[in-house]
Amino acid sequence: MSADADVEVLRRQGRIVVVGASLAGLRAAETLREKGFTGSLTMIGDEPYEPYDRPPLSKQALLGRARPEDTALPRRRDIDAEWRLGVAAEGLDRVAKLVRLANGATVAYDRLLITTGTRARPWIHPEEAALDGVFVLRTREDSTRLTRKLAGGVSRVLVIGAGFTGSEVASACRELGLEVTVVERGPAPLVGPLGGVIGAVADRLQRRKGVELRCGISVTALEGDDVGRLRRAHLSDGSAIDVEVAVVSLGAVRNAEWLAGSGVAAGPRGVACDAGCRVFDVNGIVTDDIYAAGDVARSPHPLFDYQFLSLEHWGNAVEQAEIAAHNMICAGPERRPHLWLPMFWSSQFGVNIKSVGVPSMGDQLVIAQGALDEERFVAVYGYHGRVIAAASFDGAKWMGFYEQQIAAGAPFPPEYRTVDRRTETLQPVDPAFPDPHLPTHGATVTLTGHSPSERRVTFVPAHA
Amino acid sequence: MRLVVDLNRCQGFAQCVFLAPDVFSLHGDEALLFSPRFDEAQRDRVEKAAAACPVQAILVDYSDEPTLRVEPDVG
Repeated sequence: MSADADVEVLRRQGRIVVVGASLAGLRAAETLREKGFTGSLTMIGDEPYEPYDRPPLSKQALLGRARPEDTALPRRRDIDAEWRLGVAAEGLDRVAKLVRLANGATVAYDRLLITTGTRARPWIHPEEAALDGVFVLRTREDSTRLTRKLAGGVSRVLVIGAGFTGSEVASACRELGLEVTVVERGPAPLVGPLGGVIGAVADRLQRRKGVELRCGISVTALEGDDVGRLRRAHLSDGSAIDVEVAVVSLGAVRNAEWLAGSGVAAGPRGVACDAGCRVFDVNGIVTDDIYAAGDVARSPHPLFDYQFLSLEHWGNAVEQAEIAAHNMICAGPERRPHLWLPMFWSSQFGVNIKSVGVPSMGDQLVIAQGALDEERFVAVYGYHGRVIAAASFDGAKWMGFYEQQIAAGAPFPPEYRTVDRRTETLQPVDPAFPDPHLPTHGATVTLTGHSPSERRVTFVPAHA
Repeated sequence: MRLVVDLNRCQGFAQCVFLAPDVFSLHGDEALLFSPRFDEAQRDRVEKAAAACPVQAILVDYSDEPTLRVEPDVG
């Protein structure tokens, strides 16, 4: 039997198991059925809920404009799957081709898709994390608990970490009329994903909206009262603040522990896979029956020096899941690479923040349109003389244009005239990213390693 | 009935906000907030909003809730 015949058998009567029943898992399952997969499909998820949308949990839900339990994702089509929800996968046996579940059951697969995503990084001290009033925000239940607490009336909310989630929580709290203190170890909010130049704008924005923002310091301890309720937070500058609620927003941890000992290349940085979403084993040899997609996956991207990118982005989960699903049921030459350009959004303090490309790779930055002090602008990031990323505050309509610029490797600084340009000559400045050697909470993009086909790579000879 | 908006695509044209104001709203100048769940009374308006979106960013599912299985006896 030829390998191609194998693929036909797989498409008709194979067993595909998806571990991780959130956005990536759901979209992959839909894509499999859409592309003619008629075998058995099993969806395994540790949460007892059907796939739901997470971005509203830190926005609409906190504002009381949507209930956390109303965020179930719309379906593109019927996926005719066997759902096994409320039970986590605990192990993988690559030889027997089995996934072991927390309740002792095993599920056999011909093709496995890993979409276990991330979880909120917990507060460093477990006994302090257990205090009544200490929250993280990642799941439906997290959002329900936090929303209920905020609605009960609190004097002051402490947000630990001013990344996107922390800043969104602070924004919602201010809108609810609550006093908010944000403590950020870095020099400014959003400094990890967007750099210090844009971080300074976020800094002014937060203060103008009434946030008590304290940068360059960290929370050293959370103190509870006799009955285990949070009452005070101690800071690294020796001061303390009285708070009833602390929202720990220190980034995410990848759910890859269940793969320990399985022989696949999984660790704290996620599950390494090739551009076709096929998972590597620890020897760096690619498997052909195990795939990964979404927040937990990291894969090399040709536009970004073939660095392994880990992207905790909604759009990446959708796009990578579609590519993984396609490749799982296709023979070699028909497989496609995941060449999606990183892209995300955040809305906070009434501003729509968008980004395309990988800003944290930028070595230079220009404000191509608008002005920083108006909090309405497009910042363009350069890397080795080409456009590598763009970020906008209330400039969403321009993102598609810069996406094309990045994909085309357009020269930096941009040589063309742009609408709403404020200066005759664009002066590139250092985007001021923090030293990557200093510990901080996770960025939304991580770059690691180096390695090496609709959308394919075109190599362009370097200029002399 | 449920919906999601691909906010990478959304450019804040706000056609949906005019057509279904109880489901979509702008927060500030261009950030879109939407209700992920809506009822029969909103169906026509949501359908029009999804059709009118210049960047086709709105995904709507009019079906009923699927029956899913939650594992008993975990652990």
